Amino acid sequence: MMSTYYAGLLADVGILLLGALSVYVTLATGQLSLGNAGFMGIGAYLTSYLTVTAGIPLTPALATAAVASGVIGVFVGFPALRLKGIYLAMATLGFGEMVRSFLLNLDAMGGSGGFHGMHHISNDYIWSWAVAILLLVMILERSQVWLEMRAVCHDETAAELVGLDTTTIKVGAFGFAAAIAAIAGGLFAHHHVYIEPGNFNFERSIDFVLAVILGGSTVGPGALVGALLLVMLPEYLRFLAEWRFAAFGTLLIAMLLVRRQGILDRSLFRVFAFRRPA
Amino acid sequence: MLLQQLVNGLTLGAVYTLIALSFSLVMGILGVLNLAIAELFMLGGYFGFAAIMAGLPLPVALLAGMGGAGLVAIVIEKIGYQPFRDAPLVTPMLSTLGFSIILQNVATNVWGSDPLQLSDEVLAGRFTFGPISISAMQLAVMGATAVLVALLAFVVQRTPTGRALRAVAENRDVARLLGVSAGRVTLLAFVLSGALAGAAGVLIGLHYAAITPYIGMEIGLKAIAVMVVGGTTRIWGALIAGPLIGVAEVMTIAYGGSQIRDFVVYGFMIAILLLRPQGILGGSRYDQGQRV
Amino acid sequence: MSGCARHEPLLALSGVTRTFGGVRALSDVALEVLSGQVVGIIGPNGAGKTTTFNIITGAYSAGKGTVLLQGNNITAWASHQIVRAGISRTFQNIRLFADMTVWEHLLLAQPHDGFPLRRLLPARWANPAALRRAREVIEFFELGDVTDRIARSLPYGMQRRVELARAVTARPKLLLLDEPVAGMNHHEADDIRQMILRLRGDGMSILLIDHDMPFVMGLCDQLYVLDFGVMIAKGRPDQIRTNPAVLDAYLGRVA
Repeated sequence: MMSTYYAGLLADVGILLLGALSVYVTLATGQLSLGNAGFMGIGAYLTSYLTVTAGIPLTPALATAAVASGVIGVFVGFPALRLKGIYLAMATLGFGEMVRSFLLNLDAMGGSGGFHGMHHISNDYIWSWAVAILLLVMILERSQVWLEMRAVCHDETAAELVGLDTTTIKVGAFGFAAAIAAIAGGLFAHHHVYIEPGNFNFERSIDFVLAVILGGSTVGPGALVGALLLVMLPEYLRFLAEWRFAAFGTLLIAMLLVRRQGILDRSLFRVFAFRRPA
Repeated sequence: MLLQQLVNGLTLGAVYTLIALSFSLVMGILGVLNLAIAELFMLGGYFGFAAIMAGLPLPVALLAGMGGAGLVAIVIEKIGYQPFRDAPLVTPMLSTLGFSIILQNVATNVWGSDPLQLSDEVLAGRFTFGPISISAMQLAVMGATAVLVALLAFVVQRTPTGRALRAVAENRDVARLLGVSAGRVTLLAFVLSGALAGAAGVLIGLHYAAITPYIGMEIGLKAIAVMVVGGTTRIWGALIAGPLIGVAEVMTIAYGGSQIRDFVVYGFMIAILLLRPQGILGGSRYDQGQRV
Repeated sequence: MSGCARHEPLLALSGVTRTFGGVRALSDVALEVLSGQVVGIIGPNGAGKTTTFNIITGAYSAGKGTVLLQGNNITAWASHQIVRAGISRTFQNIRLFADMTVWEHLLLAQPHDGFPLRRLLPARWANPAALRRAREVIEFFELGDVTDRIARSLPYGMQRRVELARAVTARPKLLLLDEPVAGMNHHEADDIRQMILRLRGDGMSILLIDHDMPFVMGLCDQLYVLDFGVMIAKGRPDQIRTNPAVLDAYLGRVA
């Protein structure tokens, strides 16, 4: 039986994995989002409202929150079409902060005092969702739609001229990512059984981005590598304890300098997954 | 009451102007969003505090903050920008993000995460003009900002260095052909922006008489919104947007509650990004250059 | 379907005018491509040839004028709609997607008809028709040896072939080729020419731009000559060759 401490760590990995996947999905279309903690917050608060106040069981509540967040993601995705690169990053940063600020003001759900009353869930439940969504993304990566997303990422104009509806692809990616982040939020809420707007701030969005960039930004399982790295590495490098953020910052810079695609990339993944040289 | 809020807003706005100028210098000239500026702002504040607590006068503290932040900016330029100058703009932005993470951790470990407070006021005294009262510190903040902005304007508009900065901002390749050393110019842009951010940190720290490692995230990041509203490629837009956003924020706190202020500030930013991306002072919409 | 329908042009541009910031790129351009024809647009640099392509494919909006595809007005359509309606193009500067293999390019270019959800499932078992078509195209263009190579890493001549293959995969009604043999040596250009002839033999209609006169003269049924955005001549290659206005436009440029 695992100690509660390690159980907590594993739960954090699962939740971070989902958040990282949400960044990965939009990044695959060339859109870097620095505000996915906003969708996580929406998911956390919505799910908690449904289970605590409306008395709905967790799984349907999570699904509903995911769909609602996905719709919001689509609404965000449309204006996002007009922005590229850094401007899009800034806008998503702004969006994340706006959500946090909105939640601070949402007195019905506790405002800055936070919200509680959720029941605690097991790690198995968290990881069922995490693994299911990771597998879903990995299956999608082999689909036509993912090829189209990659094309949009690399050369949007050429993609249009190959017949791709870049609008639907980019907006759809935003919606899907928002749904995934919402599930991360709902699971977070029911793991920590207390949430406050500060849990879904810019730093959280950055954690997601860090996990993807470090773990591998070109393959889905990269998000898992990144999540494990961010949560587990400090455990193995105890001496780092108070310096772990600096360590990750340094790792980020080093990774960008030396291996921009992150730890896991397509060829490495093929080697491990199929034991066949790339 | 309203006029008083206006004064408070202008004080905050002055600080925003400095940080937004800092963001804008790097973004306007290099196209890069240097996220570490928010933490250079924070570090400058700490350096200034250290100087004050060592008994040094305010102007020296200001220089300490500017100098310290400027030095760190050099490191960031060398490691976080130079290797990525030909990569897509998002990449150096991410590396500056790495620096901001490092800097905040350093500050938390060196000075602790609890607020550092000044034992006594640096500049005591208030002045009353009819219904308004301005503290000496508020005057100092606005005054120092005015001086720094004037200095920056002088450097950018009247000196050969400033001309080089503007040349690179217009078109880096042409500037190189004309003999401008792009490497030196980008270093200068980073140092200037670091110094401005550091100055802002000292000013806000002394104004509140307290500083935490989190003011970068709390205040510094919002200066990005100020930059956007003023016009990312027109650095002087910050002069209008800074006071505008500062006043808007203070008014929101006074009449709407402090919890909703970030919503308003970032709401402004997103509205501008979508409706008038060139900002208040920006030229025609198509005058954006290839940095978009 | 009466005999008249066969003579309705596949593509018809009329009155197309486009200005860029005060400069008239195209003035009142009209051209037609009949089904099964190979038509060429020639003219000095900057004449507006690529602009014409961009307007046909919807990358630019036409300031004035219409573009009709089989009688349908596609002038205001979005690029991807135009492509799905059956117009496909290659580019002057080859635009292949970074880090995608040749095979992936051909899968990507598959038509978008049928069951939409199918695109969410792994191509390998959800869309055998797409795989078959990709294999067909690979065989036609003799790309069998490089199927799994990253397209951008291939030699230049082969990249052009891949781009052509990609454009042909969705069985377009009209193929737009923008300088298909630019930068190629005589041997490579001849390979491309053979492939174009085979495509034409299979019924493909082609509109092409190129500077290589012998290439164009030997391939096209009909030529249009653009100069400064104005159509100065049209006709069969032998007519164009001796047209004084054309000679003037080209020779006048040499000074």
